[in-house]
Amino acid sequence: MKLNERSLAFYATCDSPGNMLFYFEERESREPVGVIILEGCTVELCEAAEDFTFAIKFDCTKSRTYVLAAESQAAMESWVKSLSRASFDYLRLVVKELEKQLEEMQSGLAGSRSIQRRSPIYRKTKSALCLDTMAPALELVKPPPLPPRRRASSGNTCGPGALVADSPVCPGTVCFSKLHDWYGREITELRREWLESQESHKL
Amino acid sequence: MRYSERELLSLSPLLNALFFAVLKKRLVKLVVNFLFYFRTDEAEPIGALLLEHCKITREEENVFSISFIEEPDRKYFFECDTEEQCQEWIEALRRASYEFMRRSLIFYRNEIQKMTGKDPLEQYGISEEARFQLGTRKL
Repeated sequence: MKLNERSLAFYATCDSPGNMLFYFEERESREPVGVIILEGCTVELCEAAEDFTFAIKFDCTKSRTYVLAAESQAAMESWVKSLSRASFDYLRLVVKELEKQLEEMQSGLAGSRSIQRRSPIYRKTKSALCLDTMAPALELVKPPPLPPRRRASSGNTCGPGALVADSPVCPGTVCFSKLHDWYGREITELRREWLESQESHKL
Repeated sequence: MRYSERELLSLSPLLNALFFAVLKKRLVKLVVNFLFYFRTDEAEPIGALLLEHCKITREEENVFSISFIEEPDRKYFFECDTEEQCQEWIEALRRASYEFMRRSLIFYRNEIQKMTGKDPLEQYGISEEARFQLGTRKL
């Protein structure tokens, strides 16, 4: 099976491990000899318990068991812990949990105020999301509080009950550029006012 | 058939686009941070793309491409049946990396900590896990 090996090799040089275990010939080697993809596996202590060995085992038929040895008991335990938590699935599980917690906290805060329900960042959504792979979504966290100068009668198109300083409601937007424009409205207005005041000073 | 791909591609970027215009029908499957691709009648994938450090670009209608940081000019093109499908795939692929998921975790962890003063990872015993720390890595 083909794999984008060059990307894989490049990924091996980055600090953050992800769900891969790369192995190198020497400490100074640039390119790994190989990689074990840590998905759907278990990490166990070896029965032999000699020389701090542990094994990476996979569930599929005809899979290899990878036996590794650490240099101390502490190192072995640390490796086993780290490798057991290295899978994408595990990470996704934790993220789901945290997201749930945050949602519960936020809906608790809002009380009876209607809060726009936003889809979780890790699920596919049908609406256009202008994010690239580098930034987590802004969606689930309430935006920073409105500055005190905002007046209740400003006639913006926010949802009902939106104009309280401590809990502004975002317009129904899941698009960062719209969010950006929405926040930019106040700036645009301020700028217009300033320009007008400059004009009147000149006169 | 082998051919001097790199030399040929360097002749002109337009030529680059022409080569990749020959699309083959494939089934693709996104599993964690891998995009597997299959011939339509085979159960085993021909290959897979690891979706880390990659850029998903909207190309023309129904088409998107995947390129990688270390080789930004080499693009893998995908043409979808509908615009909606194209959009769905782009969104899914942009969130498919381990890196994205990791940053989400750090983001939520921070937010919850700000709100409650407590580290939510403590209950899982993973607060000290190196991969979940903020700002310990360089890109």
